[in-house]
Parts: sequence; structure tokens; C-alpha cells
Amino acid sequence: MIIEGKTNKWEIVCGLEIHCQIISKSKIFSTASTKFGADANQNVSFVDAGMPGMLPTLNKYCVHQAVKTGLGLRAVINKYSEFSRKNYFYADMPTGYQITQFQYPIVGEGIVTIDLDDGTTKDIRIERMHIEQDAGKSIHDIDPHKTFIDLNRAGVGLMEIVTKPDFRSPEEAGAFLRKLRSILRYLETCDGNMDEGSMRCDVNVSVRPLGSDEFRTRCEMKNVNSVKFVMQAIENEARRHVEVYENGGKVEQETRQFDAVSGQTKAMRKKEFAHDYRYFPEPDLPPLILTDEYIKQVADELPELPDAKKARFVNELGLTKYDAAVICENKEVAYFFEKAAVGHDAKKVANWLMGDFFAMLKCKNLTIDESPVSAENLGKLVDLIEKNVISGKIAKDVFEIMSETGEEPEKIVEEKGWKQVTDSSAIEAIVDKVIANNADKVAAYKGGKTGLMGWFVGQVIKESQGKANPKMVNDLVVKKLS
Amino acid sequence: MAIDKQTVNRIAFLSRLKIDEDKTEDTQDEFNKILNWVEQLAEVNTDNVEPLSSVNDNPLVCREDKVVEGEQADKILANAPVEEYGYFVVPKVVE
Amino acid sequence: MVKLTQMTVHETLDGLKNKQFSAVELTNEYIKEIDNKKELNAYVLETPEIALNQAKKADSRYAVDAARALEGIPMGIKDLFCTKGIRSTACSHILDGFVPEYESTVTEKLFAAGAVCLGKLNMDEFAMGGSNETSYYGPVVNPWQQDKHLVAGGSSGGSAAAVAANICAAATGTDTGGSIRQPSAFCGVTGIKPTYGRCSRYGIMAFASSLDQAGPIAKDVKDCALLLNVMSGYDEKDSTSVNLAVPDFTKVLGQSVKGLRVGIPAEYRPEGLNEEISAYWDKGIEMLKNAGAEIVNISLPHTKYALATYYIIAPAEASSNLARYDGLRYGLRIPGEHLDDMYINTRTEGFGREVKRRIMIGTYVLSAGYYDAYYLKAQKVRRLIRDDFMKAFEKCDVILTPTSPTAAFPIGDKSMQENPINMWLNDVFTVSVNLAGLPALSLPIGLSSEGLPLGLQLIGKAFDEETVFKAASVIETEAKFERLK
Repeated sequence: MIIEGKTNKWEIVCGLEIHCQIISKSKIFSTASTKFGADANQNVSFVDAGMPGMLPTLNKYCVHQAVKTGLGLRAVINKYSEFSRKNYFYADMPTGYQITQFQYPIVGEGIVTIDLDDGTTKDIRIERMHIEQDAGKSIHDIDPHKTFIDLNRAGVGLMEIVTKPDFRSPEEAGAFLRKLRSILRYLETCDGNMDEGSMRCDVNVSVRPLGSDEFRTRCEMKNVNSVKFVMQAIENEARRHVEVYENGGKVEQETRQFDAVSGQTKAMRKKEFAHDYRYFPEPDLPPLILTDEYIKQVADELPELPDAKKARFVNELGLTKYDAAVICENKEVAYFFEKAAVGHDAKKVANWLMGDFFAMLKCKNLTIDESPVSAENLGKLVDLIEKNVISGKIAKDVFEIMSETGEEPEKIVEEKGWKQVTDSSAIEAIVDKVIANNADKVAAYKGGKTGLMGWFVGQVIKESQGKANPKMVNDLVVKKLS
Repeated sequence: MAIDKQTVNRIAFLSRLKIDEDKTEDTQDEFNKILNWVEQLAEVNTDNVEPLSSVNDNPLVCREDKVVEGEQADKILANAPVEEYGYFVVPKVVE
Repeated sequence: MVKLTQMTVHETLDGLKNKQFSAVELTNEYIKEIDNKKELNAYVLETPEIALNQAKKADSRYAVDAARALEGIPMGIKDLFCTKGIRSTACSHILDGFVPEYESTVTEKLFAAGAVCLGKLNMDEFAMGGSNETSYYGPVVNPWQQDKHLVAGGSSGGSAAAVAANICAAATGTDTGGSIRQPSAFCGVTGIKPTYGRCSRYGIMAFASSLDQAGPIAKDVKDCALLLNVMSGYDEKDSTSVNLAVPDFTKVLGQSVKGLRVGIPAEYRPEGLNEEISAYWDKGIEMLKNAGAEIVNISLPHTKYALATYYIIAPAEASSNLARYDGLRYGLRIPGEHLDDMYINTRTEGFGREVKRRIMIGTYVLSAGYYDAYYLKAQKVRRLIRDDFMKAFEKCDVILTPTSPTAAFPIGDKSMQENPINMWLNDVFTVSVNLAGLPALSLPIGLSSEGLPLGLQLIGKAFDEETVFKAASVIETEAKFERLK
């Protein structure tokens, strides 16, 4: 995206930092549960509450999840990593420091390929990813003079993914977030729900004159909580920078707040003294050492990721790029599709999936996991059409019943007696009957009104209660009238 | 590196401690005395020396992902100076 | 007849086993004695009811021959250890009324071995100090020449004084820069700081995480060995504890030291070292030599930088470790209009002067722009100090030095009150060991001309407490130090 200023053309330079909650049973440094929705301070260990003398212990599974994610981001896994303390006082940070990784993160540089609307792709470089603990929650709106503290979230594992400043438009950032979410969900390392806060995004924005390669002062917006808002924040913040520069001003390096209502960003109250996090190596945790064997073992467990799956659907199943991309964005959809498509006409399954099937889910407000129509049954329905057991028109009726009852399509067709008539003598009898009863129309046809052809076919199918195979009807009508 | 009054106040704030106005100078003097004393380390040649933060050479041993502690809000809150509805309560946080 | 309270742990165990007295009788004797010696200010909390309850259980175990390693032994616990259901304050105002809902691993092991809890012992606030004068509850009085009002040393001053004064059979201590060894020397008792990682730090309020270690303070070497047997061991709740088998430390006591190479570091005899201390050190060397040990001169060239290194690293870690004391979840809260005001009011009032001093120094050395010059530099020198020991241990098996450059000094000593560095200089012989993570034991060698105890220190290789105990037991036998009655 290029911003046309009054005097100049400007380019956006944007990087993202994304905090992703790690899926695990217990917290990263304590044995309390990570379950969402418990009563206040129930999922809290003495470690999470920063009680005197308590020590962190590292959750093996969180390390596994981080390595898995790193591999999914096609990133370097660092065999040596260290934990550090980031010191700051805050009500929901009980120890007065956050255990994080600073100088030696567990994951180094990687790449995420994003798909753009014009059908092209772009590689976004990952700078690093480290693991750390989440803070608790401060609740400010119960009482005008008090803040309430719930530590249930304190200590839940986070992966912080930092990109290089590779985004040149809000759309690229949006595409990245969707792709990242998709990868994380395939990996089952984070559920990626931005609205629930399990994926949170900090946005860094600056601008520069088009064609320049300089980096100008950037501003950061923390905790922007939807893809749409991230895109809005980037665009509006970039436009603000352009305006400042074009009016001869200077952009101050600062943290700004994104206001979801106005879509604008605003400066936050400046603290008297800036933060000084005083990072130093966490003395309670020795360095984390990973072996090649371990990393290989995790790599072997990696599922097929969306890009690979998409390529396979295009190359092996003959899907269009567009269809494959839509189907692969969501892991559940992709898995459903594969199950439905196996042994059937994949392209037709894709058409049904993206057409009537999605429409049905939307109409019933269901997720794919809740679908009354199973993947197997969708495949069977496509098969019935392919094998000329039912017509495409009847199939729609069958599908409607399937989505009410969840029954198998064969059973529905059987019970309703909707099986297509493919017995040519039976069809021929109907054709003969229609011709015999409509001598005037036959005469008109033979007199040159060839357009009546369709009328005859329609009459025959009607007479058969829709069950006659349309192609056979067509062939017979042509033959009889000639 | 002698430190000034402003630095003393900044360090005090970072530490969430208050130094009375009339004590700032004493604190500053004491600070400088101590810093002068520890600066003797500057004479040690530490070129090519790796910092030592962990005396044990054992790598970190990780724990299984099992829930052991929890369902103990009463114990977590037992020592709380102020507690309401199962929450810790503090004066309003100003952003 | 010898009073029950004057007996060592191993003598007491024999007496209990042979039914010469019951654990309840013994505990009652101690409770009485604690009452008689209140002016020492060694205990900050007495728990006689808990003690008697535990003693009763101990007696019932003796009755059925099911006694455990420390069954019925009345102990005092340094207030730095969190004890479940028993107020634990690190002798700081900021932990007013704090009652933990959990037990430290070390005390859990002791109580699981049958030890009886007499109460919580006085100490320097958050273990920061070398004289017990920084305690919110006031200084401990050294039981030696009590009328002179001398310090008991620190930070485990209450522990050393209580053991010396026979108001507990043994005590727990912690040692970050000498906090077990220096008070042991000042009070004429024996204490060992084991190798870093030998004992779990879980449930011990952290001062400087990379230096802190728990250990016993007791009446003799054998008691220390018995106690360390119980206190040691890997704990999955402390990632810095080390998963190594714990030997029976009592096995080596009395074994021959023939051929043992004892290192004598030149740097520990600086010009102006107290002559009496120097002479006692020589005496210790002679004792080991006469027992067949080989005396080796060694060099620990970075010794002179150990104190400055320590006083950067320890405050840095402390500044972070003590951030949790903010008045929010436990302990003292001094209200304030906004959250930051509450933090500042609470911490300013709740922490004592020395603790605040160290928090500020630590904050400074970690802050932006100074980290490399101070903290990182100190960590590099720390490696050089450890390397010195590693090289020295190629030439020797154990190192013998004095524990402290002086004997106990008067409470309220002016030069130390006015200049904190003068107080810190007391740690000159002890801090290197913490920086290197090594085991070291202090035992009494004799009395100064003024009649005050002096101690010698034995430093071992990492996880080789056995050699330290072996050499210590030789010196102990030869020194024939007379404990207070």
C-alpha cells in the first residue's frame, strides 16, 4: 500500500509481535491448571502467587510446544537457550518480574509465507520466538477506587513471536495473522483466538518515502485484539505519521493506544521515569539444552501444514488454488474435506463443501465439528450423483434431509424412492406417452420449432417424478422426434 | 562513575522506595562510596572470559505437564491484607 | 550430671534410644532453658506446643522401635525458612504476620526425620548482614561474655547463638556469603555450607538465588554430618538442586587423613591479619600435618576481588527477589492513594536500612547503561574466582583458612554502622566459596586472648563434603574446644 501524501509518496514499514498462549495442561513454571473460566484465584499455585521461597520449574510440554511451533515457522531451533528476568512492578505480576527469554531465545529466525488477494505470495521473516509467562488480570471496573486481582492467568505459558519489519500494507499484516493462526491451529500449540486473548498482537509502525530504505521512528500499539483492528491500527497510524512528516513535524517514539471505537491511535500518559526492565539471567533456572535427537523427534511428529496441504490438494486432487486455500485455512475444514474426498470426486466434494455445506453451517450457526452431515456422508452423496443414482437436483433435496437428520444419503434415497430411472425401456415408455399425448407440439416441433425440445424433456422428467435420468431422456426424445 | 541526585531518585523509584528529601544527599554519598569501592573490578582483565551465572554445569531438568496445585484460593488469599469476593484488592491502578 | 541441653545431637539420640530420658522431658528442658535465656534474643517465635506434640509422637516411635534419623531432636529453625502454619518473616517488618501455607523442603525433611520444632530463630533481615543487627526484632547477643554485648555474627546469628547457648540441640542456617560459617565462628559452634545444589532452596526466602544454600549449625562435626544427611538431596521443586546420591557423611568421621593434600592459600594471609587468628591457622595446619596430611601452598589470585564481585551479584539478585514484597498478597501493607503509592509506602516502611541499601545498589547495577560495567563484569570475575579454585584443587583435596578476620565485635560498632563497607569486610574469607558454589565448614579452633571463640574454615571440592568432614573431624579432635555449659 502506498500512501499518497501532499508532497510525497510514502511506504508503510510494519512489524508485529504476537503473544500466543501455549496449549498445555499446567502452567509453564508451575503445576497449576491453565483452564479458562475458573473462579478467581482457584488455578493458582504458591509459585504463581509469588509467595516467599517459591521457585519456578519448567514444564516439559511447553518446551515441546515451542519447538513444534518453531519448526512450523520454518525457524532455527536453538539448542542452547536461557531464561531471564524482566523486572517491573505491576499488580498482576506477583513476583515483580516476568520470567522470559532475552539474549538466548529458544527459536531463532524463520519464515512464514502469506497469501495475498491477487493470488501472489510473500515471505515474511520471523526474527525470533521466545517463551515466557503470562500475567494475571487486573479488573478495574468493579469499584471506582479499587482494582481487583485474579491470578488464574498468571504463569500460563506464552510464545512471543517477533517478525522483521516486513509488512508494507495492512493487508499483508492481516494475511500474516490469518496464516499464523492457521499454522498454530494445525500444530495445536495455540488456539489462536484473538477475541479471547489467547493470541495478542503488538504492532510497530513507521513510514518512509517510497523508494527509500531508511527506518524512521516507530510507534508501538500494544494488545490490539482482532485482525481487523490490527489492519486499522496500521493504516491510521501510518497516515498519522505521514501527516506529521508532511507538516514538518517529528514522530516521537512512544507506545500508543488503539481505540477500537474511533479506529484511531492516541498517545498514552507518559510515565515520569521510563521503564528500565533490568534483564538478567534467571538464577533459579539453569540454561535449557536441547539435543538434535529431541528436535528431530519433534519434527517427526509435525502434521502436514496448510501450505503443504494446499499444494497437495492442487497437485494431486485437482482443486483450484482458490478452493484449496479456502479449504486449508482452517484445519478442521481441511481434515473434513480430506475425509469426505477420499475415494470420491475431490473437486465435486470441494464444490459441495464450499457451496451447500458451508451455507448450511452458516444458516444453522454451527461449527464444522458440529455438522449433522458427516464427512463420509457428504462423500457418499457426491458418489450417488456421480454414479447417476440421483440427479443433481434430487441431491439438493437429499442434502436438506441429511442436514436435518444426519442420515446416510443412500438410506434417504431408498426410503423416498428417489432413485433415478436408468432403465431405457421404462423411460422410452414415458417418452412415447408424452409424444402420443401432444401431437400438436410434435407437429410444431417438426415444423421448425426446435425450441420445444426442452419442453418435451421437462415433461418426461415431470412425468417420471424427477427420477428419469436427464441425459437418457434427452437422447431418447431426440431419437423419437427425428 | 559518580552518580547524581536525579539518578538516586530514579533508582529509588525503580525500586519502589522513597528517600526523604533531606536524606538524598547522604544516600548519594553512600552510593558513590560503594560504587567507587566495587569499581576495583575494572582492573581485572576479563577479555575472553565468559560470564558465570550458574555454578552448576547441570542443564535444566524439566517437569511433566501435570496439574498438581490448584483449587486453593483460600490458601492463596489466606495472608492477603485486603481480599474481596476471592480477589486481591489494591488501590486503583492508574494507567 | 551433664544437663540434657548440653548434649550433642548424637549423644541425645543415644540417650533417647536407651530410654535414659524421653523426648518430652528433653523438649521441656529446652523450653525451660529458652525461657531462662530470653535476653539473648535468639528466638523470634517460640512454638512450645508444636514442639511438645512432636516430642510425644517421637516418644511413641521410640516405644515401638520405629525411631527415625533425628527422632525427638529439638531444633531451632532460622526464620528464613517457610514453615507451614508457623509465622515466617525473614525477620523483616514487611512480612509482618505472614504464615505460610507450605513447608520448605529442608524443614520438611527434618520434621519427617523426627526433628522437633522449638521455634523460629533470629537473623539479619532477609539474611543481609553479618552481625544480626539488621533484624527487625533487634540483634542477638553473643552468649560468650554476654555482659559485653557482642554480636553473634550473621546472618544466622540466632541459629549460632542458640546452639552455643544450649537452647536448641541444633539449628538450620543459610549461607549466601558466610551466613552459616561466620556466626558459627563467632559463637564457637560448627556449621557447614554444603555445595550449591546439595540442599533444596524450595521454601527458603531467596536473598541471592545463585549463592544461597541451607546448612546445619550444630555443636560438633558429627552433628553437622548427621543433620546434613537429612537436609540434603535432589528436589524436583528446585531446578538448581542437583540429582546426586547423598553419601552418609558420618562414615568418614575419624578416618585417617594420611596423604590428604591440604591447600593453604597465600592470599588469605594478607598483611595485617590478626596475629592470633594467624597463629590458630598455623596450629590447624600443624594438626593436619601431624595426622599425616600433606600441606601444599596454593594461590587463589582473584581473592581480593571476591568481596566487590559479591557485593554486585548478591544485591542484583536480591533487588529482583525482593520485588515480590509489595504489600499486595501478604505481609505488611501501608495504604496509598494509588497502587504505586502503596508499593512505595509499604516497601519504604517495611524494609530496613541495609536491605534498602542493597536493593538500590542491585537495581543500579542492573539498570540500562550500567549492566555491562557492573553486573556482567562481576559475573566474569566470578568465573575467574571459580577457576582459581578449580586450578587449586588440582594440587590439593581440601583448603584450610580462617573463617573470619576477627572475633565477635560489640553490638553497635561505630565504624561499621557508619560505613557499610567496613561491615562487609567481615565476609572476606567466606564469600569466594559462595561465588564458586563450593562446600565449606567452620569449626571452633580456640579462644582469643579475650576469651572469644575463633574459627577455621575447610573448603572442599564441589560435592565433596566428605573430605571436608574428614579433615574437620581431625582438627576437632585435636583442638578439644570447650563448648559453653
